[in-house]
Amino acid sequence: MTDVTVDEREMSMREALNLALDQAMAADERVVLLGEDIADPGASGPTAGLSTTYGTERVLDTPISESAIVGAAIGLAMEGFRPVAEIMIMDFIGIAADQLINHAAKMRFMTAGRTTAPLVVRTAVYGGIGTGATHSQSLEGWFMHIPGLKVVVPSTPRDGKGLLTAAISSDDPVLFVETIRLQGQRGPVPLDPGFSIPFGEADVKRPGRDVTLVSYGRSVVESLAAAAKLAEDGIDAEVLDLRTLVPLDVAGMVDAVSRTGRAVVVTDAVEFAGPSAEIASSLEHELFGRLAAPVERVGTRFVPNPAPAVLESQIYPTVDRIVAAVQRTLA
Amino acid sequence: MTTDPGGPPAEVQRRLYELMVLMKAADDRLSKGIGSGEFMCVYWPPRGQEAIAAAMGVALRADDQLVTTYRGLHDLIGKGVPLVEIYGEMMGRQVGAARGKGGTMHIARPESGVMMSTGIVGAGPPVAVGLAMAAQRKGLDRVTAVSFGDGATNTGSFHEAANMAALWDLPVVFVCQNNQYGEMTPTEHTMKIPHVADRAAGYGMPGVRVDGNDPLAVLAAMEDAITRARAGDGPTFLEAVTFRFRGHYFGDPQAYIPQEQREAAEAADPVPVFRAKLAHDGTCTDAELDEIDASAVAAVEDALVTVMASPAPPLDELERDVYADARGCPT
Repeated sequence: MTDVTVDEREMSMREALNLALDQAMAADERVVLLGEDIADPGASGPTAGLSTTYGTERVLDTPISESAIVGAAIGLAMEGFRPVAEIMIMDFIGIAADQLINHAAKMRFMTAGRTTAPLVVRTAVYGGIGTGATHSQSLEGWFMHIPGLKVVVPSTPRDGKGLLTAAISSDDPVLFVETIRLQGQRGPVPLDPGFSIPFGEADVKRPGRDVTLVSYGRSVVESLAAAAKLAEDGIDAEVLDLRTLVPLDVAGMVDAVSRTGRAVVVTDAVEFAGPSAEIASSLEHELFGRLAAPVERVGTRFVPNPAPAVLESQIYPTVDRIVAAVQRTLA
Repeated sequence: MTTDPGGPPAEVQRRLYELMVLMKAADDRLSKGIGSGEFMCVYWPPRGQEAIAAAMGVALRADDQLVTTYRGLHDLIGKGVPLVEIYGEMMGRQVGAARGKGGTMHIARPESGVMMSTGIVGAGPPVAVGLAMAAQRKGLDRVTAVSFGDGATNTGSFHEAANMAALWDLPVVFVCQNNQYGEMTPTEHTMKIPHVADRAAGYGMPGVRVDGNDPLAVLAAMEDAITRARAGDGPTFLEAVTFRFRGHYFGDPQAYIPQEQREAAEAADPVPVFRAKLAHDGTCTDAELDEIDASAVAAVEDALVTVMASPAPPLDELERDVYADARGCPT
């Protein structure tokens, strides 16, 4: 990791992502943004302000056409541009899935490298704010199945900036998953435009000796809260943030869990057949016989995301569910 | 030599015929080889649609780009992809365009301007939009043609791309090869309007309908569309009405095609009809036409010999070209 401790500033995830985009556009004319409502004055997310700085040619508002947004990004990428396409809400990605799955991901292989599509698709998970079943899902597990794609899910402003910078310079297509509930989270962020976090390097967000909470994205925040609660009972939980799902830092998580002997995998994605299944399987396979307890999983329940808060609060990983899972590993 | 007053020069007509015959010979040889068990590959034959691809090949400049489909043998030949690379890819040999890894449906050769072939109906237009955006941004007067069938115009992906291309005056030529069937279903069962080209008005672009079996008619329409695109005046939708003689896939029993329609189509087979016209006009002598026919057959046979002598890809190709940077990625 390029570890820059000097010249940091406290900012929100939204501002950190904006800074990454801004610096990438300033450094490289080939970086172009396209998506729905990404230009001023309609933009309110991480792209706000960029069209005012760089013009609407480089920050292009598109029709509501997700398939053509990603398809156009592919064409631009094939021609040497560095497009960053935005799919406003992750649930909309089904419309664009063919372009992403069948074309962007597989182009390099299908043409033996004669054509490639080094694009970034930024999208956001809206779960947890009452938007219901079509505007809430964490679908990153779908894309972990697709060879050729890289899948990134940051949890802190610092990681958001470093990973987005790496995504834009990646020669592979990257799905960059943001989380609406994290956009206002604040933290220190290096201002250096060269600050970049390599993919495939899990990060210990909290050291601990008794159990490892393996997580990524918003669930890291929930895991840290659970670790604080566990500490009250004298249980020292480590929180490991995977940061990227493809590539997956199997060595890093095996190393962490081999020290604690216990693991709980915590994800905002659906637990059944979700990313946590692959993570747990890797841990069990690598550490069979060295684990003090079976690997536990805490993911989103297998129901459509409900709109009312009273129901929605039941489906995601919560401190209580994580603590209960940790206690099962200690039983 | 004489020719139609106002028609293209004799050498252009001769070139159209050479391409059409080469396309037909390449198809005939595949048909013979697969049908007899001499070799095996999956194949979606364009036999009957040669006039469109020949006109497109003649009208486009070498640096113009093309996005085509799985039924692309004729388009690829028209745009100058060497037969060895096409056959090699179809048969999974190392001399193929992608060393045999991509297969029949996914041939690309950027050196010839062929940027993508897609196996997904309707997926080409969004990528063509991106390629045309790239040309526009680079200040190039290059045109992107995207070839697809009547069925593709029923997809949302086509609609999204057509709207974008018109909205942004992109240098795209939408080439709809209306062979009157979408897979096994007649076009009139899948759209309410009689002419696909009428859809263009809904996007604010010209829609032109021509006899797709008449290479001179297609060439004239294609040249108009290309001129318009090159001048920065935006896209054109060109519907070329034709017929496909071998069904959707090679081996298709075609029980769904009425006998009278087949007989009428055979009488209008563009290759012998154009040959007869050239002979009748005195554009070429019978001996010259015989020589063109024989050269095409010989070129195809030469390509086949080279391909059959080429080995299948080595096993390490499995893990090549999946990622630019595969570190940490699963295999």
